[in-house]
Amino acid sequence: MKARIWLPPLLLVLFLLGLWQLAASSGFLADVLGLEDFLVPAPSEIADVLWQDRDLIFDNAGTTLVEIAAGFGLALISGLAVAVAFRGSDLVRRAGYPLVVASQTIPVIVIAPVLVVWFGYGIWPKLLIISLICFFPITVNTLDGLRRVDPEAVRMMRSLDGSRMTIFRRVEVPTALPGVFTGARIAAAVAVIGAVFGEWAGSDKGLGHLILQDNAQLMTARMFASVFVLSLIAISLYALIGLLERAVVRWR
Amino acid sequence: MTATVSARGLTHRFGPLDVLGGVDLEIEAGALLALAGPSGSGKSTLLEITGGLREQSGGLVEVNGSADAAGRLRGCAWMPQRDCLLPWYSALDNASLALVNQGKSRREARKSAAERFEHFGLEGFETARPDELSGGMRQRVAFIRTLLSAKPVLLLDEPLAALDAITRAELQEWLTPVLRESGATVLLVTHDVEEAIYLADRVTVLSPRPGRSIATIDGMRGSPGRRDEVVSSPAFNRKREELLGLLRSDQARGAAR
Repeated sequence: MKARIWLPPLLLVLFLLGLWQLAASSGFLADVLGLEDFLVPAPSEIADVLWQDRDLIFDNAGTTLVEIAAGFGLALISGLAVAVAFRGSDLVRRAGYPLVVASQTIPVIVIAPVLVVWFGYGIWPKLLIISLICFFPITVNTLDGLRRVDPEAVRMMRSLDGSRMTIFRRVEVPTALPGVFTGARIAAAVAVIGAVFGEWAGSDKGLGHLILQDNAQLMTARMFASVFVLSLIAISLYALIGLLERAVVRWR
Repeated sequence: MTATVSARGLTHRFGPLDVLGGVDLEIEAGALLALAGPSGSGKSTLLEITGGLREQSGGLVEVNGSADAAGRLRGCAWMPQRDCLLPWYSALDNASLALVNQGKSRREARKSAAERFEHFGLEGFETARPDELSGGMRQRVAFIRTLLSAKPVLLLDEPLAALDAITRAELQEWLTPVLRESGATVLLVTHDVEEAIYLADRVTVLSPRPGRSIATIDGMRGSPGRRDEVVSSPAFNRKREELLGLLRSDQARGAAR
């Protein structure tokens, strides 16, 4: 039963990798693109580099992972806080909603260098960029979840001596939880992009930084290796949130 | 544990829409009054106003001497038409909601609810999730949840309307001693004529919108014998005809307007 779920995507990925391997190692890709062979690495070469330079790559991945975890965490806290505040007061929601939407329209590529000028090469500009990207999906999906609260259940609870806080805890939070998880999963997928942009704007460490350096030195195979690790981080984070959701939201 | 409910000249409007056009009713302590009337006669609104979940536009409602909404909310337990069981809680935790809300520990609350589960034929379903229960069982869990609040007044909004005819008849029979033992004063909204007469001490008929109380007749609550026998007796038939006549006459009046 389980195999029916993970086998098809695995086979597809293996098939595409095989195709790439053939096309690259036979020199076909390089010929078509009119490039030197070393600029078009085959999957086997990328795996080789990943193994040889594993210390360097994982060291940098650690930095990026910390940035992602911190930025995502900040977005989660602020997104939930804003959604709850919006739910609590109509005035606050009407006043604040345009700002939330505006936060998503800020071009990250533009704002990233400014943040580096302000906050330096440390973790702060990356953290802010990642949380800026993650904030919107978390806030909007949480709000959406809160809107699904059944007004009749709320009245039932009021009639059965439920305080405002009790109703929030026992009715509104569980109703909103699936929305929170949806937002968190989308945020996890885009957090990695934020980290790379942040590091490109100015950094001395991290996978984005490594990619930029390797690009300058035409070390294409190691660039691919870094990209591979980046997507591994995104997929793991996404899967982790999915597992958490299944453990918590058991009534669905 | 007993309380009276009364309404005088109660009116309510939603924006331009007149929903209640002057309702008078009186429930003695421990009595059960059924509200019968065509759909759209504002029965549910009347129930929510009585329970302090809504402010009326005009007139007076009193529960146990309290005329303000907060006081009425304190005195009443409202049971909506849909059972409103929370899917993230087990049947037992749903039933013990009111007790937990009132500050009892979860263990104590579960213990009290579990006793009712035994009584009400729900034994073995304590840890079941609401969607694993049948319609009749869900409704019984909702009844336990409402009863355990120990409020002096129960407001029941068509509690059996969603059930099939056989289950509904069973629950009517089950409900009779349950409500009697609770000692609560009950306001029951229903559009089922038989249910109104069988369960209620008295039945008040509402007109079509805007709902006004147009007549009150005696019900047959506490008639000895099984439900089947009661509802097929000549006395019950006469009551049924009387109530149907009242509902029909006024519906005709509503349509002619």
